[in-house]
Amino acid sequence: MSARKQHTARITGVADTAMGELAGSTAMGLHAEAANAALRDAGLKASDIDGVLCGYSMTLPHLMLSSVFCEYFGISPTFNTAIQAGGATACIMLANAVALVESGACRHVLCVTGDNRLSGMTRDGAVAALASVGHPEFEQPYGMSVPASYALVAQKYLQEYGISRDELSGISVAARQHAALHPKAYKTDPLSIEDVSNSRIIASPLRLLDCCLISDGGAAIIVSAADAAADTRKPVRVLGSGQGHTHEHIMAAPSLTEFGCKTSSALAFAQAGVTAADIDVAEIYDSFTITLMVELESIGFFEKGAAGKAALAGDLSLGGKLPTNTHGGLMSYGHSGAAGGAFHIVEAAHQLRGEADKRQVDDAGLVFVHGDGGILSAHCSLVLGQE
Amino acid sequence: MELPIPRPNHDTQPYWDAARDDRLALQHCTACNKVQAVPRSFCGHCQSPDLVWRDSNRQGVIASFSIVQRGPTKAFKDYSPYVLALVDVSEGVRLMLNIVGDDRLDAQIGDPVEIIFEARGNDGFKMPQAKRSGAK
Repeated sequence: MSARKQHTARITGVADTAMGELAGSTAMGLHAEAANAALRDAGLKASDIDGVLCGYSMTLPHLMLSSVFCEYFGISPTFNTAIQAGGATACIMLANAVALVESGACRHVLCVTGDNRLSGMTRDGAVAALASVGHPEFEQPYGMSVPASYALVAQKYLQEYGISRDELSGISVAARQHAALHPKAYKTDPLSIEDVSNSRIIASPLRLLDCCLISDGGAAIIVSAADAAADTRKPVRVLGSGQGHTHEHIMAAPSLTEFGCKTSSALAFAQAGVTAADIDVAEIYDSFTITLMVELESIGFFEKGAAGKAALAGDLSLGGKLPTNTHGGLMSYGHSGAAGGAFHIVEAAHQLRGEADKRQVDDAGLVFVHGDGGILSAHCSLVLGQE
Repeated sequence: MELPIPRPNHDTQPYWDAARDDRLALQHCTACNKVQAVPRSFCGHCQSPDLVWRDSNRQGVIASFSIVQRGPTKAFKDYSPYVLALVDVSEGVRLMLNIVGDDRLDAQIGDPVEIIFEARGNDGFKMPQAKRSGAK
């Protein structure tokens, strides 16, 4: 493949809503709240938006979610569609928004997500709905669930690379320490290695505190053409993007130890003209401890089997070699479906702008963001940098 | 609560019909000679429509497994703990199955298994499942 020129698009507005159990929240209300906040953040008006990308909502399943949103919000964009790629949705929305502004199709694209999946449905209902990523005939009738599918990866991965229980727990503890520094994080009470390692088993070897949260919340990101970004408050740059897709169903994954994040990140790094070693902060999809471990290693931030040891040594924490998920990630900040992956992008922009308060990484010049959907099925990587 | 019964479609009907008959039928591509797990109307390797069904010898190895303590639905919660596994069948496909038998909780990666057929519901429907070789 010939080299792709560095992106020129800017992220000009980012925002997320309150997080956790939000009584009275609705899927569309969260979308609109996040969109308004992102517009304010950018210094743009709703009428400036000419493109809209929505994700999906479990409490409001709809064939035309983006049309529903635009009607609710009261805007009439000239480009409007929804994107569904599970946990990779937010990053893939952003990559599509970049393509739209760089092609000249749009000036300002609003990527907007939100779900009240905690207060708007039962926890059991959410777990059962999520299991629909499993094959209806060849996986679900065997009791496949999302945690059990990631557990299949974890069982193989831990054995293959000789990873200890506590190394997995270190991933969860590092995230909680970051969340404690974020005023909006859902879970901030202190967590020890023992707490995680002794929490109840959900699907061996994964335990309760290896798993992400279920939260109400929303997030929005505005992507603008380079020239259109000039009159916004504090743009940051999108430098590179890439995707990798190898399967949907875990039974069809070509490997249980290598996934599409390898391809997606290599494409994003090459386009940005950087390597993993140049990255200052990583905001990586962490639906389970094993998810982040596999991705940190596949992407090349750590050798195989080294990411858990690095977590225990403080390398993923503020002041460490690669501060990762500085907002607390899906395991401690919150996970609201398509919005869950968007929180990583919001935090990345805050870091690049120097607006991450107590979580600020010194000299955060290059941030890597990654989303994964399904069972490590759909991957999208982004390299973001300062204006 | 009853465990769910798959609803076959035109692509998958022969697989489930064979299971009723205690046979594991797999689709072989006559163009590229690959075998595929989930039946479909085209080869998932070379896109050829030239597929034939052949019975498997029903031998496999556990590629990975999880002992599930918390099933995703009421039926599977009642069934917990159960062993969810990926089994590499000797013809070269990977299936998701449950490890069944009295020693199912002792399952380990690399264990040889035999594919057996377990009745589900009252209509003769059977699910391919895996039993560790030598298990009851």
